[in-house]
Amino acid sequence: MSERVLDILISSFPRILGQGLLVTIPLTVISFALALIIAVACAMVQIADIKGLRQIVRFYIWIIRGTPLLVQLYLVYFGLPDLGLVLPAFPCAVAVFALNEGAYCAETVRAAIEAVPRGQMEAGYCVGMSYIQIMRRIVLPQAFRTAFPPLSNSLISMVKDTSLAANITVTEMFMTTQRVAGRTYEHLALYAEVALIYLLFCTVITWLQRLGERKLNAMNGGNVIRA
Amino acid sequence: MLEVRGLKKSFEGHEILKGVDLSLEKGDVLAVLGPSGGGKTTLLRCLNFLERADAGTMTFLGQEMDMPSLSRKDIAAYRRHTAFVFQSFNLFANKTALQNVTEGLIVARKMAKREAEERAMAALERVGLADKRASYPNQLSGGQQQRVAIARAVAGEPDVIFFDEPTSALDPELIGGVLDVMRDLARDGMTMVVVTHEMSFARSASTHVLFMDEGVALASAPTGEFFKEQKLERIQSFLRSLDRKDE
Repeated sequence: MSERVLDILISSFPRILGQGLLVTIPLTVISFALALIIAVACAMVQIADIKGLRQIVRFYIWIIRGTPLLVQLYLVYFGLPDLGLVLPAFPCAVAVFALNEGAYCAETVRAAIEAVPRGQMEAGYCVGMSYIQIMRRIVLPQAFRTAFPPLSNSLISMVKDTSLAANITVTEMFMTTQRVAGRTYEHLALYAEVALIYLLFCTVITWLQRLGERKLNAMNGGNVIRA
Repeated sequence: MLEVRGLKKSFEGHEILKGVDLSLEKGDVLAVLGPSGGGKTTLLRCLNFLERADAGTMTFLGQEMDMPSLSRKDIAAYRRHTAFVFQSFNLFANKTALQNVTEGLIVARKMAKREAEERAMAALERVGLADKRASYPNQLSGGQQQRVAIARAVAGEPDVIFFDEPTSALDPELIGGVLDVMRDLARDGMTMVVVTHEMSFARSASTHVLFMDEGVALASAPTGEFFKEQKLERIQSFLRSLDRKDE
């Protein structure tokens, strides 16, 4: 590796990483938090079978899962202004990522709730608890343990998917790299560098996932074994 | 105290309960016996509204209720006077033994945490599991889980406890401990309805027997009379088949 490339790598590293910490991570965290709220709400609507709302939720999931994320970003950022709705790039990206991931996570959460044995609900009723009390205190905590690994998967996917936001002018980590690469023509080295930083982020999440699982298991008395 | 008239229940056009009557006085222990598929469990589940009866009236503590149309609020109020012990225990998997007992007291009955814990400890003591208060269900044997479930039932100070085959999911060596706890409860005057295949328990601990077959209460009698002066051939053959199994 020539000294020039090394210099470029070293001087660009704090800039790329910094943009990762300042934009990529916040974009991921905010979007994912919103996605989880959407997911639980959509799952609950389906589980409780609320007429009308349920159809709307199924329609939303159908649309989101049936169209590419990149197209969704373009539609909202470049398309909605035609209707007079202009959103700045970052909020626009948050909205699209949250809505997109929310649809996928809704299915994860729904499956996890359905995996909680029906007897848990019945036992709750028999000690006098209401549907909402049982959901909040008994069913959802258990469902969360089941949903945790696949939700971690979604989070890891999202970290990487945020690179698509570069297409709608969000100067996150990938766009920053593109700019340096455009100026220096060191494509291989710089894209390898940013790939490594994504890998680093995802490694940290994987590590957090393991920690989280251990904690959740301890709260259920070891691995959850269901009759 | 509890009286049911004309209880009917169908699943997908198949009639499981064809008009069952039953009546309980305070302190009664009613053993519900009969072959599998005879409607015993469905009857019990209807009694606590886990299944909604298609027809039937219930009189409980002097109040008459139409079972198919009872409102959710009235069901909740009724359930504060009852408790249910499941065949598969159904302890809350994310709660410790102690929390399993206090959960309903604190959340549903709005009892202060300290008072609930005192009452729960007394209930766990009663089933011999005070030392397991911090254990989660999956750290307990089936027999221990069922005893915690009984503690959970008792802690609400119900007027009647429904038991749905409480020992059927247990290994043979664990059944005795659970039955002992139930015998204690019976001796202390708890009103109980017990769906069971344990004939020795029915003979020794119950005050009355209800025999269910094909959705009908074929016989209903005081326990001694039921076993000694049984005239119905259907019941005699059922009892004989169980005796053979015991040998």
